[in-house]
Amino acid sequence: MIEYALNFGFFALSLAVLLNLWRLLRGPSLMDRVLAVDTMVINIIALIILFGIQQRTTIFFEAALLFAMFGFISTVAYCRFVLRGDVIE
Amino acid sequence: MTFLLELIVSALIVFGGAFALVGSIGMVKLPDLLTRLHAPTKATTLGVGGALAASMVFFAAFEDDLSIHEVLITAFLFLTAPISAHFIAKAHLHEHTELRDDLPPTGRPQGWSTFESVPDTDEDEDGDDARAAHH
Repeated sequence: MIEYALNFGFFALSLAVLLNLWRLLRGPSLMDRVLAVDTMVINIIALIILFGIQQRTTIFFEAALLFAMFGFISTVAYCRFVLRGDVIE
Repeated sequence: MTFLLELIVSALIVFGGAFALVGSIGMVKLPDLLTRLHAPTKATTLGVGGALAASMVFFAAFEDDLSIHEVLITAFLFLTAPISAHFIAKAHLHEHTELRDDLPPTGRPQGWSTFESVPDTDEDEDGDDARAAHH
Protein backbone atom coordinates (compact mmCIF):
# COMPACT_ATOMS: atom_id res chain seq x y z
CA MET A 1 0.00 0.00 0.00
CA ILE A 2 2.86 2.37 0.78
CA GLU A 3 4.12 1.90 -2.79
CA TYR A 4 0.87 3.24 -4.24
CA ALA A 5 0.90 6.16 -1.82
CA LEU A 6 4.52 6.87 -2.76
CA ASN A 7 3.61 6.82 -6.44
CA PHE A 8 0.83 9.31 -5.79
CA GLY A 9 3.19 11.46 -3.72
CA PHE A 10 5.85 11.47 -6.45
CA PHE A 11 3.22 12.36 -9.05
CA ALA A 12 1.73 15.21 -6.98
CA LEU A 13 5.09 16.69 -5.99
CA SER A 14 6.50 16.46 -9.52
CA LEU A 15 3.41 18.22 -10.85
CA ALA A 16 3.86 20.85 -8.13
CA VAL A 17 7.48 21.40 -9.19
CA LEU A 18 6.35 21.75 -12.82
CA LEU A 19 3.74 24.35 -11.81
CA ASN A 20 6.44 26.23 -9.87
CA LEU A 21 8.65 26.08 -12.95
CA TRP A 22 5.82 27.59 -15.00
CA ARG A 23 5.54 30.45 -12.51
CA LEU A 24 9.34 30.85 -12.54
CA LEU A 25 9.39 31.22 -16.33
CA ARG A 26 6.20 33.28 -16.59
CA GLY A 27 6.21 35.33 -13.36
CA PRO A 28 5.53 38.97 -14.21
CA SER A 29 7.67 40.52 -11.47
CA LEU A 30 11.06 39.68 -10.05
CA MET A 31 9.70 38.67 -6.65
CA ASP A 32 7.33 36.17 -8.29
CA ARG A 33 10.37 34.31 -9.56
CA VAL A 34 12.03 34.39 -6.14
CA LEU A 35 8.83 33.03 -4.57
CA ALA A 36 8.67 30.32 -7.24
CA VAL A 37 12.22 29.19 -6.45
CA ASP A 38 11.48 29.25 -2.71
CA THR A 39 8.41 27.03 -3.18
CA MET A 40 10.28 24.77 -5.58
CA VAL A 41 12.99 24.14 -2.98
CA ILE A 42 10.31 23.19 -0.45
CA ASN A 43 8.66 20.76 -2.88
CA ILE A 44 12.04 19.22 -3.70
CA ILE A 45 12.70 18.67 0.01
CA ALA A 46 9.45 16.71 0.21
CA LEU A 47 10.49 14.73 -2.92
CA ILE A 48 13.85 13.85 -1.37
CA ILE A 49 12.14 12.62 1.81
CA LEU A 50 9.73 10.45 -0.16
CA PHE A 51 12.68 9.04 -2.13
CA GLY A 52 14.33 8.19 1.20
CA ILE A 53 11.19 6.29 2.25
CA GLN A 54 11.17 4.41 -1.06
CA GLN A 55 14.83 3.44 -0.77
CA ARG A 56 14.45 2.64 2.95
CA THR A 57 17.51 4.67 3.87
CA THR A 58 17.99 7.66 6.14
CA ILE A 59 21.00 8.93 4.23
CA PHE A 60 19.00 11.56 2.35
CA PHE A 61 18.03 13.59 5.40
CA GLU A 62 21.28 15.50 5.32
CA ALA A 63 20.60 16.36 1.68
CA ALA A 64 17.11 17.57 2.61
CA LEU A 65 18.50 19.68 5.44
CA LEU A 66 21.13 21.19 3.15
CA PHE A 67 18.43 22.03 0.61
CA ALA A 68 16.34 23.71 3.31
CA MET A 69 19.26 25.86 4.46
CA PHE A 70 20.42 26.71 0.97
CA GLY A 71 16.91 27.64 -0.17
CA PHE A 72 16.35 29.94 2.78
CA ILE A 73 19.72 31.65 2.45
CA SER A 74 19.34 32.18 -1.30
CA THR A 75 15.85 33.68 -0.87
CA VAL A 76 16.98 36.08 1.85
CA ALA A 77 20.13 37.00 -0.08
CA TYR A 78 18.17 37.79 -3.23
CA CYS A 79 15.60 39.87 -1.31
CA ARG A 80 18.40 41.79 0.40
CA PHE A 81 20.02 42.36 -2.95
CA VAL A 82 16.76 43.83 -4.30
CA LEU A 83 16.19 45.92 -1.16
CA ARG A 84 19.68 47.26 -0.56
CA GLY A 85 21.58 46.70 -3.79
CA ASP A 86 24.08 44.60 -1.89
CA VAL A 87 24.01 41.27 -0.03
CA ILE A 88 26.56 41.97 2.71
CA GLU A 89 27.20 45.60 3.54
CA MET B 1 -0.86 -3.68 13.50
CA THR B 2 1.42 -3.59 10.48
CA PHE B 3 -1.58 -2.83 8.28
CA LEU B 4 -2.58 0.05 10.55
CA LEU B 5 0.93 1.52 10.46
CA GLU B 6 1.06 1.18 6.68
CA LEU B 7 -2.30 2.91 6.48
CA ILE B 8 -1.04 5.80 8.63
CA VAL B 9 2.14 6.20 6.54
CA SER B 10 0.20 6.06 3.26
CA ALA B 11 -2.40 8.55 4.49
CA LEU B 12 0.31 10.98 5.59
CA ILE B 13 2.12 10.70 2.23
CA VAL B 14 -1.10 11.29 0.27
CA PHE B 15 -2.04 14.19 2.57
CA GLY B 16 1.36 15.84 2.15
CA GLY B 17 1.46 15.38 -1.61
CA ALA B 18 -2.07 16.72 -2.04
CA PHE B 19 -1.34 19.83 0.00
CA ALA B 20 1.91 20.52 -1.86
CA LEU B 21 0.02 20.24 -5.15
CA VAL B 22 -2.77 22.54 -3.91
CA GLY B 23 -0.19 25.11 -2.79
CA SER B 24 1.51 25.11 -6.18
CA ILE B 25 -1.80 25.31 -8.05
CA GLY B 26 -2.66 28.30 -5.88
CA MET B 27 0.63 29.93 -6.77
CA VAL B 28 -0.20 29.59 -10.47
CA LYS B 29 -3.87 30.63 -10.22
CA LEU B 30 -3.88 33.55 -7.76
CA PRO B 31 -3.84 37.03 -9.30
CA ASP B 32 -0.94 38.98 -7.77
CA LEU B 33 2.12 38.46 -5.64
CA LEU B 34 0.74 39.36 -2.23
CA THR B 35 -2.07 36.80 -2.63
CA ARG B 36 0.32 34.32 -4.24
CA LEU B 37 2.49 34.57 -1.13
CA HIS B 38 -0.35 32.93 0.79
CA ALA B 39 -0.49 29.69 -1.22
CA PRO B 40 2.99 28.15 -0.75
CA THR B 41 2.80 28.45 3.04
CA LYS B 42 0.36 25.53 2.91
CA ALA B 43 2.91 23.54 0.94
CA THR B 44 5.53 24.34 3.57
CA THR B 45 3.60 23.54 6.71
CA LEU B 46 1.24 20.76 5.65
CA GLY B 47 2.95 19.33 2.54
CA VAL B 48 6.46 18.92 3.91
CA GLY B 49 5.02 18.35 7.40
CA GLY B 50 2.99 15.39 6.10
CA ALA B 51 5.95 13.89 4.24
CA LEU B 52 8.22 14.28 7.28
CA ALA B 53 5.65 12.79 9.65
CA ALA B 54 5.20 9.86 7.24
CA SER B 55 8.95 9.28 7.12
CA MET B 56 9.17 9.46 10.92
CA VAL B 57 6.40 6.87 11.41
CA PHE B 58 7.86 4.69 8.64
CA PHE B 59 11.40 4.53 10.01
CA ALA B 60 10.21 4.10 13.61
CA ALA B 61 7.82 1.27 12.67
CA PHE B 62 9.55 -0.68 9.89
CA GLU B 63 13.27 -0.02 10.29
CA ASP B 64 13.46 0.15 14.12
CA ASP B 65 15.33 3.39 13.72
CA LEU B 66 13.76 6.34 15.50
CA SER B 67 15.37 9.39 13.94
CA ILE B 68 14.98 13.03 14.91
CA HIS B 69 16.34 14.44 11.65
CA GLU B 70 12.76 15.05 10.53
CA VAL B 71 12.04 17.20 13.56
CA LEU B 72 15.15 19.21 12.73
CA ILE B 73 14.02 19.83 9.14
CA THR B 74 10.47 20.68 10.25
CA ALA B 75 11.71 23.09 12.90
CA PHE B 76 14.06 24.76 10.42
CA LEU B 77 11.33 25.17 7.79
CA PHE B 78 8.81 26.48 10.34
CA LEU B 79 11.36 29.02 11.57
CA THR B 80 12.49 30.24 8.16
CA ALA B 81 9.20 30.30 6.19
CA PRO B 82 7.82 33.49 7.84
CA ILE B 83 11.18 35.25 7.49
CA SER B 84 11.47 34.58 3.77
CA ALA B 85 7.79 35.52 3.24
CA HIS B 86 8.37 38.78 5.10
CA PHE B 87 11.43 39.56 2.99
CA ILE B 88 9.63 38.79 -0.26
CA ALA B 89 6.64 41.01 0.69
CA LYS B 90 8.95 43.84 1.75
CA ALA B 91 11.02 43.67 -1.42
CA HIS B 92 7.79 43.62 -3.46
CA LEU B 93 6.51 46.76 -1.71
CA HIS B 94 9.80 48.52 -2.35
CA GLU B 95 9.77 47.48 -5.99
CA HIS B 96 6.20 48.65 -6.67
CA THR B 97 5.91 52.12 -5.20
CA GLU B 98 2.30 52.55 -6.38
CA LEU B 99 1.22 49.98 -3.75
CA ARG B 100 2.16 52.36 -0.92
CA ASP B 101 -1.10 54.29 -1.25
CA ASP B 102 -3.11 51.15 -0.44
CA LEU B 103 -1.33 50.43 2.83
CA PRO B 104 -3.45 50.84 5.99
CA PRO B 105 -2.61 53.84 8.23
CA THR B 106 -0.27 53.23 11.13
CA GLY B 107 -2.25 55.39 13.60
CA ARG B 108 0.84 57.46 14.42
CA PRO B 109 2.35 60.63 13.02
CA GLN B 110 5.00 58.54 11.27
CA GLY B 111 4.20 56.36 8.28
CA TRP B 112 5.37 52.81 7.66
CA SER B 113 8.85 52.48 9.10
CA THR B 114 10.21 50.65 6.07
CA PHE B 115 9.51 53.69 3.85
CA GLU B 116 10.40 56.60 6.15
CA SER B 117 13.58 57.69 7.84
CA VAL B 118 13.92 57.52 11.62
CA PRO B 119 11.81 60.28 13.23
CA ASP B 120 13.62 62.89 15.29
CA THR B 121 12.30 62.24 18.80
CA ASP B 122 15.44 62.15 20.93
CA GLU B 123 15.02 65.53 22.64
CA ASP B 124 17.90 65.17 25.10
CA GLU B 125 20.38 64.85 22.31
CA ASP B 126 18.86 67.87 20.56
CA GLY B 127 19.28 69.85 23.77
CA ASP B 128 22.91 68.81 24.04
CA ASP B 129 23.48 69.73 20.43
CA ALA B 130 21.88 73.14 20.98
CA ARG B 131 24.04 73.77 24.08
CA ALA B 132 27.15 72.65 22.20
CA ALA B 133 26.31 75.04 19.39
CA HIS B 134 25.75 77.81 21.94
CA HIS B 135 29.22 77.45 23.48
